[in-house]
Amino acid sequence: MSAAPSLLSAAWQIARKDLRQELRGKESLNAALSLTVVLLILFSFAFDPAAEDSKQWSGGLLWLVYSFAGALIVNRSFARELMNDCLEALRASPVPSSALFLGKAVACFLILMGVELTALPAFCVFYGVSLLGAPATFIATLALTTWAVTVLGTMFSALTVNLHMRELMLPVLVYPMLIPPLVAAIEITRGVITGEPVPEIWFRLLIGFDIIFTALAVALAEVVLTD
Amino acid sequence: MREKLLYGLGLAAMLYLVRNLYVIFLVLPDELAQGAIYRVFYFHLPGYFTAAICYLLAGIFSAMYLITRKWKWDSLAAAITEVGLPFAAMNLITGMIWGRIIWGIWWTWDPRLTSALISALIYAGYLMLRQAIPDPTERAKNSAVMAIFAFTSVIFTYKSNEWFRTQHPGPVLSIRTGGGTIDPQMEWMLAHNLLALLLLAGLLLAIRWRQEERQREIESLRREALSFS
Repeated sequence: MSAAPSLLSAAWQIARKDLRQELRGKESLNAALSLTVVLLILFSFAFDPAAEDSKQWSGGLLWLVYSFAGALIVNRSFARELMNDCLEALRASPVPSSALFLGKAVACFLILMGVELTALPAFCVFYGVSLLGAPATFIATLALTTWAVTVLGTMFSALTVNLHMRELMLPVLVYPMLIPPLVAAIEITRGVITGEPVPEIWFRLLIGFDIIFTALAVALAEVVLTD
Repeated sequence: MREKLLYGLGLAAMLYLVRNLYVIFLVLPDELAQGAIYRVFYFHLPGYFTAAICYLLAGIFSAMYLITRKWKWDSLAAAITEVGLPFAAMNLITGMIWGRIIWGIWWTWDPRLTSALISALIYAGYLMLRQAIPDPTERAKNSAVMAIFAFTSVIFTYKSNEWFRTQHPGPVLSIRTGGGTIDPQMEWMLAHNLLALLLLAGLLLAIRWRQEERQREIESLRREALSFS
């Protein structure tokens, strides 16, 4: 009988398991990717990409699309464990609840990042924008905001996993809470696209949000996932 | 005994509110720059404070439930969230009426307006989550977690919106400004009306809490009856 694994290595095991499962089954990956492309096309009818002010709002549009894809991915995070009572098995395993939660959040993060990066060239081509003005800024924003979406989303995926209406409940509960990081991401992306300077406050908001909500989610994972 | 206390509290709240309305409409003069419409402010700001206190208490009650696992705290958290939302609506609606007269528009995507609306949406989500979970233990646990996230998020939304430039009027209370921006008589009236609204909120909380406890009793009796049949 080996000792219980440490938090981070256990979390990584869970993340690897989820990633492998997703890459083999492609349950949410394909759906999220096609949704992003469909939405990008649909939005191009509502908002003219050739318009002069398109640089002002296209960043916001990108984040709307990404957050929709995020809801699709985090929805499956705990729901996929319902089949064959896998969630019960995970709870009974020596993996601590916080590691289970973190692992699932990391897996969602990597999947969503993959979808976002794959859809990014389509966005740049369809809307005629370039993010090469400040690539490092954009990638940092992408990572910070995606983590904000996945850490809150995975938490609420766990909270709503036993509900019949979970697909409906999750976005209703999560989107209002995600408004501060999404606003920050939209503002920064607009700055990257237009080349205007971005106030530092938006980065601080994103980092603060990530730290506070990660700590809160890890602390409460025990409560949500046990008994 | 509890019944009589509730009736007494209700009567006190009613008389107090009538007295306040009398002073607001018939005693206090119009405001220098805005005229008569400034009077909605006596409900706008106290309504906001009452809702904020309800949100805060909902977070505290939820944390108490997670610590003690006593049903009482779960019922209180549910009750106070439901009580807080009408006060949040009072804040939003009076604000919109004021905005229509002074700004000429019902709504503007001003940070303060937006954050107040988002907070109300988050707590509406909390009530929806409660309704969606049939099992009482899971409902209590999960909604308590949600309430803690909700309150953290409300603080975040509020603070992040302060960093925007806002067209909403700045703080007027002397504890924020150091005095000089508001007539003391008007500031007293605000305090009076806040007290009246808090009294009303307390009354509603007591009623709603009792309903919640009885509902739980009925549910557990029903389960017991079903287990026998």
